[in-house]
Amino acid sequence: MKRRDGRYIFVAPAIVLLSLVTIYPAIYVFILSLRRKMLIFHISRFTGLDNYIFLLKDDRFWNALWNTVYFTAVSVSLEMLLGLGIALLLNRPFAAKGMVRAAVLVPWAIPTVVSARMWEWIFNSDFGILNYLLGMKINWLGNPSWALHAAIFADVWKTTPFVAILLMAGLQVIPRELGQAARIDGAGAWGVFRHVTLPLLKPVILVALIFRTLDAFRVFDVVYVLTGGGPANSTETLSVYAYKVLFQTLQFGYGSALSVVVFLCVGGISILYIKLLSGIRA
Amino acid sequence: MRKTLFYSVLLLVVGYCCGPYLWQLITSLKPDGELTALPPVFPERVTFSHYVSIFRESRFFRIILNSAAVASVTTVLSIVIGSLAAFGLAKLNLRRKGVILGFVLSVSMFPPIATVCPLYLVIRALGLRDTWWGLVLTYTTFSLPLSIWTLTGFFARIPDEIYLAARVDGCSPFQALCRIMLPVAAPGVFTAAILVFIFAWNEFLFALTLTSTTASRTVPVAIALFPGLHEIPWGDIAAASVVVTVPLLALVFLFQRRIVEGLTAGAVKG
Amino acid sequence: MAEIRFEKIEKSFGNVTVIRELDLAIGEGEFFTFVGPSGCGKSTILNMIAGLERADRGRIFFDDTMVNDLSPGDRDVAMVFQSYALYPHMTVRENLAFPLRIRKTCKETMNREVDQIAALLGLEELLSRKPGQLSGGQRQRVALGRAIIRRPKVFLMDEPLSNLDARLRVEMRAELKKLRRELGITIVYVTHDQEEALSLSDRIAVLESGRIRQCGTALDLYLRPADIFVAGFIGTPPMNVVRGTVREKSPLVIDCNGRIISPLTENSPPKSDVLVGIRPDDLAVSHEQEKGSFRVTVSEIEPAGPFNWVDVIWNGVPVRGAARRDEGLVPGEKVYAVFAPENVLVFDAESGNRT
Repeated sequence: MKRRDGRYIFVAPAIVLLSLVTIYPAIYVFILSLRRKMLIFHISRFTGLDNYIFLLKDDRFWNALWNTVYFTAVSVSLEMLLGLGIALLLNRPFAAKGMVRAAVLVPWAIPTVVSARMWEWIFNSDFGILNYLLGMKINWLGNPSWALHAAIFADVWKTTPFVAILLMAGLQVIPRELGQAARIDGAGAWGVFRHVTLPLLKPVILVALIFRTLDAFRVFDVVYVLTGGGPANSTETLSVYAYKVLFQTLQFGYGSALSVVVFLCVGGISILYIKLLSGIRA
Repeated sequence: MRKTLFYSVLLLVVGYCCGPYLWQLITSLKPDGELTALPPVFPERVTFSHYVSIFRESRFFRIILNSAAVASVTTVLSIVIGSLAAFGLAKLNLRRKGVILGFVLSVSMFPPIATVCPLYLVIRALGLRDTWWGLVLTYTTFSLPLSIWTLTGFFARIPDEIYLAARVDGCSPFQALCRIMLPVAAPGVFTAAILVFIFAWNEFLFALTLTSTTASRTVPVAIALFPGLHEIPWGDIAAASVVVTVPLLALVFLFQRRIVEGLTAGAVKG
Repeated sequence: MAEIRFEKIEKSFGNVTVIRELDLAIGEGEFFTFVGPSGCGKSTILNMIAGLERADRGRIFFDDTMVNDLSPGDRDVAMVFQSYALYPHMTVRENLAFPLRIRKTCKETMNREVDQIAALLGLEELLSRKPGQLSGGQRQRVALGRAIIRRPKVFLMDEPLSNLDARLRVEMRAELKKLRRELGITIVYVTHDQEEALSLSDRIAVLESGRIRQCGTALDLYLRPADIFVAGFIGTPPMNVVRGTVREKSPLVIDCNGRIISPLTENSPPKSDVLVGIRPDDLAVSHEQEKGSFRVTVSEIEPAGPFNWVDVIWNGVPVRGAARRDEGLVPGEKVYAVFAPENVLVFDAESGNRT
């Protein structure tokens, strides 16, 4: 039986690396969350569930949770709709299609940080081109009511291409004849979409949804750079809050507890989606 | 009539996607004085002073070197380790294949914020803080799900019989991987490399926490923390943004078909 | 060349037992074919000889060496796959040379061998092309060449001709026979096409659900099939099967769909319900009535060159027979059919075995 075991050596390096650098810290963060640990004061002692009890009473946590949920819901919905629209639009042969596809990929390729600074400049209340074009002087990033939506807009701009690309690939697999057959049967454009395209696209839509929902929930880069979590914590998402607790106030214990909560939420969302996906496959 | 509608919507979409970046390009060419005065939209005097300034004053060369080095080494390591794993998963009929793929997939769902704190402590303990290797280790690992996912898709598309023929001809599995599978899947490997490179180049959170000085600081961190004495140097930031994105855009325009293939290799079961 | 021996081989995939209790010996230099419907396990057996699958139980021997634990590269076998499995990124020359290159053969020998094989198979003009630039027949020959070049002990072929069009298939069959004569190798061949099996092989094993129903020469299988499955599988068009009842045991008298006949059998049928097999070429259909003929109704006529296949209804049972080309039969006509009782086969209705 030595022949059989020899084959696992191919996956061994990957598994070892993944376990050491991701599983081990994942376990470690759970342990940390049960401690009060502050490096600079050399405090490190076991405190049980104190951090979690504090968390439940922490208004700032609930604010961050709400911001995250809102951000995720709005952002993902917009991305899916826009992405679907673009995919449907591009799903036909036309001149320079390759160039257009490349252009659509531009937001995806730009580093999130670069894109965030770019939008920061566009949203600038005094010198930003948006206010110039609108002829108004809205303080996009300084006004608590607008800031989160500005962040959502920036995120949607960056990630719509990924959704569009996935959906385009899904559309390409649908045979043209099906739509043609439906047309012959009397369906209009909307009918074809509703009864042929959409059902066949469901699995891909779900995959795109899973990826995007998880990414949106974990969002950090764009918020941190665009608004830093402000103004007045109106854009502070869970990841940003956890980061600040960890690396600005250096409370590794409480920060870990927040991280664990993010972890659990993401895990819950994943399980939900996987159940949905297997339901559709079956 | 329909054609003009189609093309105008197309133009709108392209404008939506490229417009903001083009604005940044224009901004980078405006002298400081003009930046704070709108109109005019287009610069009256085109200047390259911002580009000069970022390289002279902000040690931007070093920062780009950091990013390039880390991303390149990460790409090589990730592809090597990922190819081995993907080969095993695609062709070797491993009994635990589903479990392993599930494991790899679930790791990709970890929120980075959850692992960043322990990782920071571990990297610090290993003395790898503010070094290239600290980032390489982290990026290689976190890019593995991406490279394994993409490469497995490409390897699986090669007919099994080609691998079996190589075995009957006398190859060990490893020889078959090197002599047959990798050359035949070369376009896919190239695509996976592009995706990993872009991932490593753009990563922010880990770079932010694991680096502290320009010794290892990468491009995204530098752009986020751009120093400004009294006010934010928008022109310099714009210039830095342009410089940093040009190689990425080149990749995208040259290889858009491959990139799309790679991104969708795992997601769409055609 | 080597003798291949299977001892009590068993193989399952998950819960499905694909091969049960296989005992078989393939002689040196023999052209041995496994034939059977899809899913009968023939490709699995081939893979086990090659070492691409491991048997769950039992032993496989090449001559006196047990090879169960040997990797495919160490067994000195060569295999031609259904899809040819040519390496798409290598030229024909590199494809042919690959098995030698892996064994670190020196360059001179390699080139010499490649040229020799290319001459043998008519590939000289194609050596610098890549598989994508070749036709199906050319690819097949390259696959053959890559297998031959190592002069292996055993040649394995998994439906190598099924991707070719009919005319090419006939051509390649002739080439295979010629090669076999010139090289004298042991060939283990797998196909679902019984005609191909009959025309190429020294011996044939008919497989069904992982069991060998019968193993023998083409003539054995055709004239003396072991059971109803083999009888129905071998022969084109398939044998007619009608129900019959035994009226008397000895001498044997059977009421066969209304006709009383006295066929010759090796044994007595165990039960009174039997199945009678009449080959279409033994059933003559014509306008003339003769001794022993019975009335049938014509339903379809299928020209087959020098004669016609005729589908008729005999007492409500559809059967196929043969008629002269110029007999002038018309669908719906009532005509006569006759067969010689010495040529029929009798099978027990329950077990399917021939008596």
